[in-house]
Amino acid sequence: MQRSEIAIAGCSVEVHETGAGAPLLYLHPGGGFRPSDAFLNLLAPGRRLICPSHPGFGRSDLPDWIDSVDDIAHIYLELMDRLGLAKTDAIGSSIGGWILAEMATKTPERFGKLVFAGAVGVKTGPADRLDIPDIFVMNPADVPKLMFHDPAKFAFNPAAMSDEDLRIHLRNRETLALLVWEPYMHNPKLPKRLHRIASPALFLRGESDGLVNAAYQDAYAKLVSGAKTLTIPGAGHAPHLEQPQAFANAVRDFLA
Amino acid sequence: MQAWQFSETAYPYLPPADSFPSIRVSLPNANYDPEKGAALWDRYLHEWQIAEEEGLEIMLNEHHQTATCVDPAAPLILAALARLTTRARLLILGNPIANRRQPVRVAEEMALVDILSRGRVEAGFVRGVPYEISPANSNPVRMNERFWEALDLIVKAWTSHDGPVSHEGRFFHHRNINIWPRQYQSPHPPIWVSTTSTGGARDVGQRGYIQATFLTGFDATRRIYASYRAGWRAAGFGQDVPNHRLAYAALVYVGQSEKEAHDGAEKLLWYVTANKVAPQYANPPGYVPVDANLAIMRGAEHPLSSFAKGASVEAAIRGGFLFAGTPDQVYHQIKRHYEYVGGYGHLLIMGQAGFLEHEETVAGIRNFSRHVYPRLKEEFPKSRISGVFGDVPPQPPEEHMLLSSSATKIDGPLISQLGAAR
Repeated sequence: MQRSEIAIAGCSVEVHETGAGAPLLYLHPGGGFRPSDAFLNLLAPGRRLICPSHPGFGRSDLPDWIDSVDDIAHIYLELMDRLGLAKTDAIGSSIGGWILAEMATKTPERFGKLVFAGAVGVKTGPADRLDIPDIFVMNPADVPKLMFHDPAKFAFNPAAMSDEDLRIHLRNRETLALLVWEPYMHNPKLPKRLHRIASPALFLRGESDGLVNAAYQDAYAKLVSGAKTLTIPGAGHAPHLEQPQAFANAVRDFLA
Repeated sequence: MQAWQFSETAYPYLPPADSFPSIRVSLPNANYDPEKGAALWDRYLHEWQIAEEEGLEIMLNEHHQTATCVDPAAPLILAALARLTTRARLLILGNPIANRRQPVRVAEEMALVDILSRGRVEAGFVRGVPYEISPANSNPVRMNERFWEALDLIVKAWTSHDGPVSHEGRFFHHRNINIWPRQYQSPHPPIWVSTTSTGGARDVGQRGYIQATFLTGFDATRRIYASYRAGWRAAGFGQDVPNHRLAYAALVYVGQSEKEAHDGAEKLLWYVTANKVAPQYANPPGYVPVDANLAIMRGAEHPLSSFAKGASVEAAIRGGFLFAGTPDQVYHQIKRHYEYVGGYGHLLIMGQAGFLEHEETVAGIRNFSRHVYPRLKEEFPKSRISGVFGDVPPQPPEEHMLLSSSATKIDGPLISQLGAAR
């Protein structure tokens, strides 16, 4: 993929891009964006695939004024202007789905079809129970059990990582905490704005996702007029990594 | 030198440590018996009164959701002490202002206690240890920035006397600040800040506040103080840094005999060894910088954490975390530490912990205040400047060591339980 940096409101955003054709914007989950991930090649042959790293993730800046998902949504709407994306299809994974939802409620006319994969961002359940389990107060060894259908395949091994990759991993986690800490993983106002989304929307999740459960996804999808839901077997919170082909097929079928 | 009696006011009557994952944050309060707890508070308050009678100053702190310190609202205990004592300075170290949502309220609390005590408050501020994040539901990212803005706002609230002033900052907003009562001391109570890092110490030095460091031993303390002095000088306060701008907190137990001292000191080590903390509470994302986390992932370990795994009285004395022995031994241990690190004007005595009972605690207070403190005051008066080094190695010579120590093996993840790693 081609890597470039675009400065928006004093924030340098790294953007990976490949292909040509109708644009497809991909907004990564809290783990960050890796151009080497297999699903990317399967996702969009014949399309222009655009993958920014959110401020504070990857090699994108984190200016001190940025501290919310909403801030990032505004940065990305300007990024769309700068990239000449008058209207685009888009995919958002996990927190990327939350960013996408915020963007689409602000400028619904600029989006074609929308895919929300294991998206967070709303609160649908009762006050005395977290909708999304608190990943920051569990033993770090337990988080992969909620993240993956088969956690053994995705064992975190810092010894095998370069200092630079490990630094990015640690910074991604820090930025994630900054953005989702309170209210935890959601914007209380978002449910009252989602009706503005005019695009066809697909909410998909891995069947073994321990963070975004089926009831949460259903409740989220109901807030978007006409949205469909889909479950991918053999995957957890990162179906794009665990079932790249099935994930890509689901996205392509929907976008077709 | 001024000495301050400090207890973390623990509730030590707990089930075996292997029956719970963390003494902090998640240990159910079903384990707290209010009757026993009330009796403990009678005792702890009384011990501070005895410390005052013996000529010591008083220090207290706060932590949340933990059996290691059952004072989650230190200003309340400070207020009680304001009325239970008449002479001692009252140091709160400190207010966790990166986790308090209303800095002006903190300014009000300190001002009120300053009135109640007729100007005896020493107002300390801490960023807060990592396990305070969850209890406060506080964002662990950008805590330093919140801390300094909150402290500046508190000082503004204290020093504005002509009707409402406003603050529209990065983290805090307050349109009509006009606190009643104003504090007793003028311009305001002395300000203390704790930090265990050199970067933090430089920031404190640049503001001229009193810097306290906890259990940092010989070399780290020396580096932290050097950084404080560099900040002080850079800010233009002058070449000489008075020793009373610096404080050191250590476990201290003085006995009439070596055996008595050793037994008391061993109980004090509960401070370090009982601090069983689950990893997710010990290091939330953003609490330390990315590069520090990288070093941890590559195997770096906090010195106190390494120490806690093989905690013994002897090792703690050698490490400079603990001063324990007969009066003469303790005097020489402190003198050695003082000279190695370059000098400080306040000794914060962690003189009670865990199962150190009332009689033992009082004996330790009296042995220190009657037989060690007078020598320290004479040798290290307030007029001394910091940054003068004795030509000494970082460990006490054998004759000043307690030699009867036995190594007690401790397992589990343990890191600095006090102060603020910055």
